[in-house]
This record gives sequence, structure tokens and C-alpha cells, in this order.
Amino acid sequence: MKSLSDRPVNPVVGLPVTHESADLHVTGAAVYTDDLIVRSQNVLHAWPVQAPHAHALVTSLRTGPALAIPGVVKVLTAEDVPGTNDAGIKHDEPLFPSEVMFYGHAVCWVLGETLESARLGAEAVEVDYEPLPSLVTLTEAIEAESFQGHQPKVNRGDADAALQTAAHRFSGELEFGGQEHFYLETHASFVHVDEGGQVFVQCSTQHPSETQEIVAHVLGLNSHDVTVQCIRMGGGFGGKEMQPHGFAAIAALGSVLTGRPVRLRLNRTQDITLSGKRHPFHARWEAGFDELGRIQALKATLTSDGGWSLDLSEPVLARAMCHIDNSYWIPNVLVNGRIAKTNKTSQTAFRGFGGPQGMLVIEDLMGRCAPLLGLDPAELRRRNFYISGQSTPYGQPVRHAERLHGIWDTLLERADVIRRKEEIGAFNASQPYRRRGLAITPVKFGISFNFTAFNQAGALVHVYKDGSVLINHGGTEMGQGLHTKMRQVAATALGVPLGYVRLAPTRTDKVPNTSATAASSSSDLNGGAVKNACDQISERLAHVAARKMNIHPDDVRFADGNVTGLGVHGPDIAFVDLVRDAYFQRIQLWAAGYYRTEGLYWDGVGMQGEPFKYFSYGASVSEVEVDAFTGAYRLLRTDIIHDVGDSLSPLIDVGQIEGGFVQGAGWLTLEQLRWDESDGANRGRLATQSASTYKLPSFSEMPEEFNVHLFERATEDGVVYGSKAVGEPPFMLAFSVREALRQAVATFGSRGHSVELDSPATPEAVFWAIAAASATTTSAPILHGTEAKSVPVSTRAH
Amino acid sequence: MGGIQITVNGQIRDGDQVGPHIRLLDWLRTEGLTGAKEGCAEGECGACAVMVVRPDGPSQSRWTSVNACLPPALAFDGQEIVTAEGLSTERGPFAEGDLHPVQKEMSARGGSQCGYCTPGFVCSMAAEYYRPDRAASSLEATVRTGRFAVVEEHPTGHECGPNGFDLHALSGNLCRCTGYRPIRDAAYALTRPDEADPLLARQAQAAPAPRRTRVVVGDGGFVRPMTLEGLLVLMAENPESTLVAGSTDVGVEVNLRHSRPSLTVAIDRLEQLRVLEIEPERIEIGAALTLTEVERGLAGQVPLLAQVFPQFASRLIRNAASIGGNLATGSPIGDLVPALLALDASVLLASAGGERDVALAEYFTGYRRSVRQPGELLRAVRIPLPLADHTAFYKIAKRRFDDISSVSVAFAMQLDGEVISSIRIGLGGVAATPIRASRTEAALVGRRWTLEVAQAAASIMSGEGTPIDDLRSSAAYRSAMLGKALLKFYAKTTTVEDNR
Repeated sequence: MKSLSDRPVNPVVGLPVTHESADLHVTGAAVYTDDLIVRSQNVLHAWPVQAPHAHALVTSLRTGPALAIPGVVKVLTAEDVPGTNDAGIKHDEPLFPSEVMFYGHAVCWVLGETLESARLGAEAVEVDYEPLPSLVTLTEAIEAESFQGHQPKVNRGDADAALQTAAHRFSGELEFGGQEHFYLETHASFVHVDEGGQVFVQCSTQHPSETQEIVAHVLGLNSHDVTVQCIRMGGGFGGKEMQPHGFAAIAALGSVLTGRPVRLRLNRTQDITLSGKRHPFHARWEAGFDELGRIQALKATLTSDGGWSLDLSEPVLARAMCHIDNSYWIPNVLVNGRIAKTNKTSQTAFRGFGGPQGMLVIEDLMGRCAPLLGLDPAELRRRNFYISGQSTPYGQPVRHAERLHGIWDTLLERADVIRRKEEIGAFNASQPYRRRGLAITPVKFGISFNFTAFNQAGALVHVYKDGSVLINHGGTEMGQGLHTKMRQVAATALGVPLGYVRLAPTRTDKVPNTSATAASSSSDLNGGAVKNACDQISERLAHVAARKMNIHPDDVRFADGNVTGLGVHGPDIAFVDLVRDAYFQRIQLWAAGYYRTEGLYWDGVGMQGEPFKYFSYGASVSEVEVDAFTGAYRLLRTDIIHDVGDSLSPLIDVGQIEGGFVQGAGWLTLEQLRWDESDGANRGRLATQSASTYKLPSFSEMPEEFNVHLFERATEDGVVYGSKAVGEPPFMLAFSVREALRQAVATFGSRGHSVELDSPATPEAVFWAIAAASATTTSAPILHGTEAKSVPVSTRAH
Repeated sequence: MGGIQITVNGQIRDGDQVGPHIRLLDWLRTEGLTGAKEGCAEGECGACAVMVVRPDGPSQSRWTSVNACLPPALAFDGQEIVTAEGLSTERGPFAEGDLHPVQKEMSARGGSQCGYCTPGFVCSMAAEYYRPDRAASSLEATVRTGRFAVVEEHPTGHECGPNGFDLHALSGNLCRCTGYRPIRDAAYALTRPDEADPLLARQAQAAPAPRRTRVVVGDGGFVRPMTLEGLLVLMAENPESTLVAGSTDVGVEVNLRHSRPSLTVAIDRLEQLRVLEIEPERIEIGAALTLTEVERGLAGQVPLLAQVFPQFASRLIRNAASIGGNLATGSPIGDLVPALLALDASVLLASAGGERDVALAEYFTGYRRSVRQPGELLRAVRIPLPLADHTAFYKIAKRRFDDISSVSVAFAMQLDGEVISSIRIGLGGVAATPIRASRTEAALVGRRWTLEVAQAAASIMSGEGTPIDDLRSSAAYRSAMLGKALLKFYAKTTTVEDNR
């Protein structure tokens, strides 16, 4: 009996193959949605009219002047919508709003023969607004009690009582920023209407099925009238899970109304100002520790900044609350969550999906409390790790907790931490102006969609008469290597070389009712479905081979394109020959595969259950060097050990780990969204709306030395070929960078000084933290200055 | 003279339908070459990068990476371009279908994930692959002491691999997926180009001569005059004309703020503007030389500028942006200007009526305003010699590669024994124009260069200018950085161990 996690001999999974499109990428031949337009004729281009108010009523809208612009073909407004004027799944996102909810909200769209004419048309549209009061900051929203959606609670034990009796009790606050996805490819859709009125949507989307549903409900059509295809995306990171739907709907509406192909591609500033981002959060917490530094109680209130509509804010908040424990056993927990409603873009999924926000709170807490407890931060973290048999605050047993300990200890050794800490001590003692810091942090991240129904997937596998294989599955490719892994899974399951297997673009008419390519789980889900389809085919083929070899079908083996039988001597049967024979015997050579994750349940109201199939574990050590004069720093070295189970594709997995880490480091140290919080005319305007003002990591943020290892002997039972998810968890390995900065800053202060660091920890933030630390001591005279900045909120000891 | 012709990947393409406002990127894409992408439209991400043949002296040339999203396509009339598609065509030494060595390394090492930035990376990397002095530069590199021998550092701040590959060649390319490690590995694994490589051979010949280009359609015109005299006449007759060299500033205005210049005048290939002269009394730098060409031409002879170049925007921008353009645009945070202020530079302004030499300190009159009159051309920059012995340039920004400064500070100091005989300090980012830190300079000249003097001057320096709060940093941080820069400069000039 084949189990999902067993690997056959000579599996294609596990080989370090390159990305299946790598050669297309490097030659410029890989096609993205917007590359299609030069291959088409008669295309119309779309341009939005964006409102210059954070909150306002649209009192009138005159399209006539736009239509007078040469080349303008149509202005799309709410009156044109034949179906539902809504771009979301919560029915709180009008596609054409009568109330402007954030600065830059698109009130209508202009279609032109050229992009230039559409732009000039948009400038000519006349809109009258009646400005309304707006809430731009989290603080404003909290004060105004402007919240949206559920206000869930995770509760275990008695946090209040445990705080009362704790040996050490601390409290604090942290407000931290969001993150722009900055996928290199901005949102793009290209729609035409086939004969018969079939709407064909090509879209850069992580969730083709939902794009299909939204387009259908805007157009007043059924799902079978709309097909969505995603060839590939130039990056997604969660930003194309919910956000593409409305843009695709605009293009589809334009195409249906004009009968012409419509292209909607946002430029960078439109993309940044129109689409949602990672949620910023505010956290207030109280924690109690025992004499040994073991955390006994945590009380926290998390408030996320959801922006103007709900979007995915509720599940993001749920995941944040389910990850505030990170890797630590906290017997008594009370966490309250709420979602602020503000006049900003509607914040959405972003790699980690709330997990990073929840974990930042506890990692910041650990970093701040360690000096107050007189403990080394690494020791404090280690002491609080889960051990086998314990469960999370929401009631899920922490299976494989020993992996956390194994990874941690191995990493300390591999990264040579003890010796390096001595070296760093010596370096710092000899350097008045430069200091180094080193920190190690853990990751435990739950895999599966919190919402149980999403944990299903489908696949369609064809074996042609010549033995070549074509696979479709429900997942989309955004660079993460899903298609590469799915080819490897199919090649392994059918026992053929990788070259036999080709993958066709994701389409809703091939595999229906798919879940978003999200939550790191697409390899698990679609891999299960692809394998299921391949297993059906190979079982049928086994019967054909068994008759030929006169053995039982269970004794037929498929590997490397050859078919053999146990105990059968003589020439192997070539896979291609067997396939041809099977065709002539009228054996079905294609199959639809299906997979549903077993054993999950989740009570979203009580916030209890076992929402995750398993946990991904990892740890990282980072060393930084800080310039005392400026607060500027360099990331000298990072070492990582991460658990991906038995890797399906090691080159892909290492790429995900490294890329996730650097993206996480960007969020924590560099990337800063600045909104106009003044009462001026531009209130609510995003000031960082271009690549020149919003900085993501470049080569200078990569660790100068970067060692990544996959955790060994890591087979995960019950998952396709023993593998584990990899997309999101490594993002949170970047906490070691932030904590290393804290360590470096601490060297400027007195012993026991608790360093507080803004997030992101920009050079300026580090500079002020150094200034605060320096004020507690009298060394390094050259550094002494008069600069002072009020540090936001201090960690208070009771 | 024929119509507009641009050679792309060895094939001459007709550009007669190209209007003056069509960017090179859009033209390439409508020609079906969709490898180059738009990621930001302001020269920050490099997804649009292509290679262009640029002059390297009169008889040789260099493959030069540039952003295709900024310049007008017409600026390439008569020029040769190679895109990612063209690196691996049958034109190469590689059998059809084979990958170029750069593409091979990028593919095999996992240098692409989503692939959207990849064609641009490939072009930036290929240009560095063909850089004639790439191997030689690795010999000059000093291995940084300490445990981390992975990165070698040049005295100028360049970071090179063991094959001489300068990582700064990729500073203008952003990748959101990989975290860059595999891209660095691919770059550092490149060997020397094969002798039979036609792209290498191309560099042994002169760059294509500029062509007299003149296109005027309804909403604008594009003109490339062939002489300085012709340019000055054109400017006198069309005072509203917009001069471009690399279009790295005007291109952003066109793309992001939708300006549509009525007449664009390309001056980047005018030989009279491309002269670099080092004389006993002064250095004169032609305004149309790109920052890369100036860096190469000075070859480290002006140490202060050598510190600026690697920190100035990105290689892609420096390959196109001219020194004259950097001064003419008058940005309050242009990184070159504080350094030139510290060097006591002047600018030569030419017009049909003659020339005048204006001290840079008196050139700027307000936010993006200067004494330059309509019809007047910034022809050259002059730096007086000898240079001061002690110089330093500090750029304070969020990101080390390719960011806009919050503050930039340049020092040029002459010591007579321990006494400061002269000091000039240029500041960027703390006022409507780059300024000299005059009060600080006055407090230092004639004093002994001691910690006490530096500290006292640092508190004066923190009060220079009128810094503001903005998206890059707070006013308080900017002020603090001024004083800290002086202390850092003090530490640099008095400490042996820390010159980084």
C-alpha cells in the first residue's frame, strides 16, 4: 500500500533541479500577462480616476469632457455594471464607489485607444467631492473606536491570576509598520470575449477561481461563462490573492461593453496607492515570568490596521493570534484581537499572513525582557521552548517539538556561536564607534489554511499516446517553484524522467473551485492532487504491465521511464511502449486527481481546534555591525537551519528560505510606508508610492555570508513524499537580524538596559536607540551629544 | 540621411513611426521584444535594463547597461542595443538555443524565481562580464581582514568577487524573490569571455557615430544637434527646449509626472561636451560625460569623488546620467554637489553670447533654481588643483546601495601641522539647495584639529541649514547627522584602524 509520504526508488523529487522556467526567464522569453498585448490587435487600455481625498462623498461625476479627448472610447462607471457592483467577497468593496474611502480610491476608469489617451481622458473626467472626516492612523482609529469584523479572543488558563503571582512582571507596547508587496510585476489583466460570449480573463492572480467568481458576479454571469488563466506571475507574496479581482473585473466589464480586448496594467504608483499591503499592528502586552525566566502568563491586545474594508483582515488577525506564542510554551494566555477601520488601502495577505506580526510581538518582548531578567536572550528563548506533549494556546498539540531543540542546538554549533560571541566581545571592547551584535531566533509556523474548507485541491493529468505527460493543477506559479515541484511529483509518481512532463498554465476550465495559492500549502495540496491523478493512471498501467509480465499488478515498478516487475527477468518495458499498448487496450490514460487534508478542524469563534496539519520549524543566527555615528549597519553573516521535511526540490527550497529571509529583513529593518498624517490637503496620501521613496532590500541588505541548511532526516508523515511547506515560514527567520541589532545597540548602554527599537529598525531608529542606550552610561566620549528623542513607550517593570 | 534606424540584437529596425515621447522600453516591447519589463518607470529597479554600445575612446567601445524606461527611443537612432533575447541568439558564439554564459549561470544557480527582473539582471551582469578592466580590477582589490573573506573591498568602496566582478554593477537591479545570494554566486562564477565571442569583439571597434536626428510631430519634437554651435543657436531660438543626456531625470518627469517636453534636445554625444582635461591648475570635466565615464577618466585622482561615485544612484543610472545634468537639475540632495562644493568647483556656462565661470557656491539660487539663464548651457565643471589632503564623503540613507540621501556631507580639509589651514564642507539634504557649512568652517579654520575643537564645531554644524521632516527621515536626525559626520571625519583622520 503506497502512502502519501513514501518515496519510490530513484525519485525525481529530491533532485536539485532548476526552476522549470529558468531558461525562459534568463532569455527574456517567459511571457507575463502584459506581454500578451503585443501579440493582440485592437487592444484598449485602462486608466483610473483616483480621488484626492482620504474620505469623501462623490457628489457628481461628469464623463463628457473625457469622451471629448481623442482616443477615449469609454468611461466605465457604476451605471455600466450589469451584475453586482462589488469587487470583494465580503460585499464591502464597491467596484465603483460613491464614497471615497482612501486617498487614491479609483472612482471610475477610462478606456482609450492608447494608454496616453486613457490617461488624458482620466485627467479630463470631472468629479465633485464632499470631503468627510478621516481616520488615518491606528491611534486615531483606536481612539474613535473604529473597528470592523470579529473581535476574537484566544484564552487559556488564567492569565490575570498568573500575572499576580509571577516573580517578574513587565508590560510594554509596540506599534510596527506594514509592508508593500512590491512584486516586480504590477497588477495586470487582459480580457477578451470569445465567440459565444465566453469571457476569457488572463490575469496575474494567485486565486484564479475567486477572480473568476468576482468577474462573474460583476458581469451578472455564471462561473461557467468566465475562464481565468494565469500563465505566471512576476511575484505575488499574497498581494495577488484578493487584490487582482477588481482590476480583472474592470477589464472584463470594459471588454464586454466594447467587444474589444482590454488591458489593465497598473503602473507602480497606481499599484502602490490602490492595492492593499501587510497589516501594521499595535500591540499592548503584559507578561509574567518565574524566577528561572520561564514565561507564566501573557496578556495582549493586538489591533491590526485593516484599512478601509475587511478583505482578508479577519483570517490575518486569527493567524497573528495563533502565532503570538511562536515557539514558546505559555501556560496562561489571554489575547484579544481587533481590526481597526481606517481610511487607507485595504490591507491584505502578505507572506506569513499575520504570523510575522504575532511573532514580532513575542520576539520583541523576549528581546526587551532578557536584560531585565538578567538573562542572555538566547538562553531566555531556549528556556521557554515547547516540549513534546504541550499544546498551543488554541489547543493544538505541538507535534515534533523536539525538532525545534535539535535545530537550535545544531545551529549554535554549525554557526560557531560560542566562539563568535567571544570574538564579538573582543571586537566591541576595542571599537568605540562600531559594534557588533549576534542573535539567534526560532520559528514555529502552522501549515494549512486556518479555514478548513480551503484545504483541498484538484489536478488534471494527461498521458498522451507517445508517453508524454501534461499536468494541470489548481496552483499558480509566482516564482516560488510550485510548477517545478509539481513536475517532479508527477515524474516520480509515474516513474518517468522529468523531461516527459510538461506543465500547462493554470486555468479555471481545467481544474475548478481551486483555493488560493497561499498559506504555503500549495505544494502539499496540489502535490497530493497531482500524485493522486498519477497514481490512478499508473495503477491502470500496472494492470496492463502485469498481464504482459504475468505477475500481480502490485509487483509492477515504474522508474526512470522503464517498467519492471519484481522477480521478472528479461528486458524492461519502456513506459512509452506500455502507454501505447494501454491505449490500444482502451485504458483511460488521463485522470482527475483530488486531495483534501485530513484531520483538521477549527472553531473560528472560540479560537480553538487543530487548524494546522503540522508545524514548520527553523532557526537563524545573524550578526550585524552598527555604526555608532549614524546608526547605519551591515548584516555580516546569517546561518539558517530550516525544516522542509524531505525536500521535494532543494534548490527551490533554499531559494524560498533565502528570499523569505531577506524579505523579512526588509520588513523589519528597511521598508517603511509613510502616510500623510497631517490635517493638510494631502491627508491620507501615501508619501512612499514609488521605488525611489519605498526602499526594498537590494544587494546591500543581503547577508555578506549566508549559510542555509535544510534540517536532515525530516520526513513528514502524511504529506506528499514526506515534504513540508516552505513559502512563508522563512520570512520569520529574519527576527534574528532585528534582535542582533538590539544586541549591538545594547553594548552602548549600561548592563541591564532594555533596548527598545522601532520597527522597521532603520538606521535612524537604530541611531535613536543608541542615543538612548548611551545616555545610561559615560563611556565613549566622542559619541556624546545633545540629541534627544522621546522614546515612544518604555518597558516598565512592576 | 535615411530614416530612424536602431540596431537591436544585430538586426536593424526601422523607427520612422516613433514619436518623440516614446520611451526606448515601450518601443522595444511593441517590436515584440518583451523581455525588458517596466517595474518602476523611474530607473530604480532595473527590470528594463538593456545593453548599449558606448564609446570607450575614439576607436573602442563598451557594452554599457542602461535603463530602457527613461530615455526616448529616438535617442538611440543609429545606435546598437542588445537585450536579454539577443544574448543567446544565433549571432553569438553559442549554438542556437544555447544560453549565454551569464544566462547559464543565472539559470543553473537559481538566480531567477519569478523571472520578471531577470532579463534586466542578465543585461547588467553581461555588461560587467564584458568590462575590459574587470580582471585587472580584482588585482587591486584588497581582501578585507577578518573572518568574512567572501567579499573583497576596493579602497573606493567597490565590492568585487574573485573574478573581478564588481557587485555594484547590479546595484540598480532589484529582485524581490531570491534574496540575491544566487545572483551574486552567478556573477562571481563568470569566467573571461571567449575570444570568439562577437560581443567581446564588438568592443574592439568604435561605437556607432551619433546621427543627426530630427523628428517633429504634433505634440513635440526630438532633435540631436551635431555641434556645440548648432546647439547654442537651437537653444537661443527655443528657450523652452529640454536638454537631455541620459534622460535619467527628465525621464522620471515624463513617466511619473507626465510632463511632455515640447522640444527634447539630445546633447550626450557632443564631443565638445565630452572632454576631460587634467591640467596643473585644474581639472575640467565636460558636462555630457556620464558619471561612469568621469569615474573612469579620473581613475581615483580625486579621492573625494572616488568615494562619491559608488554611492551615487546605481551603475545603470551612472552609465547614463551626465555630470552636467546632475548640476543642471539642481536637486537639493544631488550627492555630487556637496562634494563639488567641498572641492571649490565652478561651472562654465556657455551661450550664443559667450561663456562665464560661476563658482558652484554661487550657482544655486533656490529649490531647483540657479543663475543659469534660458539659452545658457552648463558646458563643463572645473575643479581647482591642488586638492586638499583630507577628504571624506558621508551619505546618510536607509539603504546602502542606490538610495536617495537623507543627508550627505563632504569634507575637504588642509592641515598645516595640527592646524586647520583650510576647510570646506558641502551639505546636501538640509536646505532648498546644497550649501556650504559656512559657520562650521569659520569655527574650524585656524584652529588645532583636536577632539575638543571637533566636538565644539560639531554642535555648530548640527545647526547648519534648515532640515525638514519627510518620508526619508526626521529633521532631528538630519541635524544630528551633520554633527556626527564631523565627528566621524575626525575619527577617520585620527584613527588608523577605522577607515571604512
